[in-house]
Amino acid sequence: MEKETIISARNLIKKFGHFTANDNLTFEVKKGEIFGFLGANGAGKTTAIRILCGLSSPTSGEVKVAGFDIYHETEKIKKNIGYMSQKFSLYEDLTISENIKLYAGIYGIGRKQRKVKEAELLQKLELEKVKNKLIGDLPLGWKQKLAFSVAIFHDPKIVFLDEPTGGVDPVTRRKFWDLIYEAAHNGITVFVTTHYMDEAEYCDRVSIMNAGKIEALDTPAKLKEKYKATNMDEVFLKIAR
Amino acid sequence: MKQLKSFIKKEFFHIFRDPRTMLILFGIPVAQLLVFGTVIKSEIKDVHIAIYDQSKDETTLEITNKLLSSGYFILDKNLDNLDDIDAIFRKGKVREVIVFENNFGQTLGKEGIAKMQLIADASDPNIAKLAISYTTAIVNDYIRKLYPEMQLPMQITPEVRMYFNEEMKSAYMFVPGVMALILMLISAMMTSISITREKELGTMEILLVSPLRPVQIIVGKVLPYLLLSIANAFIIVLIGHFVFGVPVNGSFILLMLETILFILMALCLGILISTAAKNQMAAMFISMIGLMLPTILLSGFIFPIENMPVVLQYFSHIMPARYFITIVRTIMLKGTGILFIWKETAVLIAMTLFFIAVSVKKFKIRLE
Repeated sequence: MEKETIISARNLIKKFGHFTANDNLTFEVKKGEIFGFLGANGAGKTTAIRILCGLSSPTSGEVKVAGFDIYHETEKIKKNIGYMSQKFSLYEDLTISENIKLYAGIYGIGRKQRKVKEAELLQKLELEKVKNKLIGDLPLGWKQKLAFSVAIFHDPKIVFLDEPTGGVDPVTRRKFWDLIYEAAHNGITVFVTTHYMDEAEYCDRVSIMNAGKIEALDTPAKLKEKYKATNMDEVFLKIAR
Repeated sequence: MKQLKSFIKKEFFHIFRDPRTMLILFGIPVAQLLVFGTVIKSEIKDVHIAIYDQSKDETTLEITNKLLSSGYFILDKNLDNLDDIDAIFRKGKVREVIVFENNFGQTLGKEGIAKMQLIADASDPNIAKLAISYTTAIVNDYIRKLYPEMQLPMQITPEVRMYFNEEMKSAYMFVPGVMALILMLISAMMTSISITREKELGTMEILLVSPLRPVQIIVGKVLPYLLLSIANAFIIVLIGHFVFGVPVNGSFILLMLETILFILMALCLGILISTAAKNQMAAMFISMIGLMLPTILLSGFIFPIENMPVVLQYFSHIMPARYFITIVRTIMLKGTGILFIWKETAVLIAMTLFFIAVSVKKFKIRLE
């Protein structure tokens, strides 16, 4: 069964002066997929994700996100996506509950609905007792999980995660991925950049970028077969070299 | 609207939870006002003097008494040797020495002319000038009362009145100045810092990805500071009035409207700074050096614009505070209305529009 395409990029080019950060990217992401965007630092991952989120516009190319054109329909796109950046994206001087209220307000979620969802979220993350604590006082692992939950609080069609697990220990990372799976199971498309190769194995499909170009795009299993590697780490090293 | 409400609420949380911000917002204005109020003085008080009275007659004693009871002078020492004058100035405490010639009273009575010498320590020219003119005034006053019928040939007696500030209170000068300075600093610095802080923390990206429009983000950032700055303006006018006795002779409403205009201008300037500054430190630096110093030096707050070199006079034309200070002085002291300050008001409106246009444009560019 062919699934609906939710992100499509054709010949996407982004130049900064003479430097080409994204060189002719063409890819499609299907609905409900966990799409991994891999590459070394400076390969152009963040540039691409910023374009897809509407933070930056491409130099040329055709890009559609959630069915909307990236040049003219950014406002509609913004309502349908969630975003979590490398930097921690919640306000440290606000409590957990206040942060949730803020995002609910920004995304126009009504009070009743917010209360139900907030209770659900706090229960799931076991944060009920500390909901009135400032975020700054929480351990990093909790913060990351919370940031992800807030990023999908408004039930977006797609959530963009830009190296969400940087600086987090392996156990917490594993738990974080449980949340990602759950979101994908609920029909949210996950677009994630990472440079942890073990995480690449968790993705449905991965694209590997090098120097602004997509060098490979397939399921982890097929990539391993094609490059005759036992794990994604080897695949990545073969391509990046 | 609801989006904006939750955004503004969050902005207030930031402000009220950060002791540093609270200190800058409410501590600095009051402290600055009180410091300026007690430090900048164009009047003198308790200047230490020494007297070398060679005559020691009734007249010289009466003049001495008048000087000392005026409240402006404190007698440090009675000298009895001309050579002591130099020594006592070198010690530094005494700022003025008054010398009466021999047989002062007698000569005055007989010839109608007597000589006294005023020597001042001009290492601080301001105090020296003030001390001399105060002394002269007191002595003249005494003579006039002593010989009311005395008619010198062709004597002109100027009757001086200091219009709008009869007692020459320096508070009249600095309250409008401090008001401009504080509002400029708080509005511009705090908005630029709070916007750059979001950039630094990475939360700005989240806001830009959200359905909030750039205009909403700007308004949400600016509105809390607008309200707090208006509260500050109130506090300054109140302290000026009740602590330093500065009147509000004109329309209070007009004063507040002009103040809001000035605050808006400063807020837009703050946004502009934030689009140029990479981080909070840079924003603070630009606001401090780029706004505070020129505002103090070039706006006519302390130093009269007319006395500046021509180049700096031109510079002072681009100081928004210059126009605001004129407006505030006109309304508070002269008590006149908009007819007399419409030019200054127009300049401030033009500046505000200019800053809004440039910063909205720059803010948008950053998005792309």
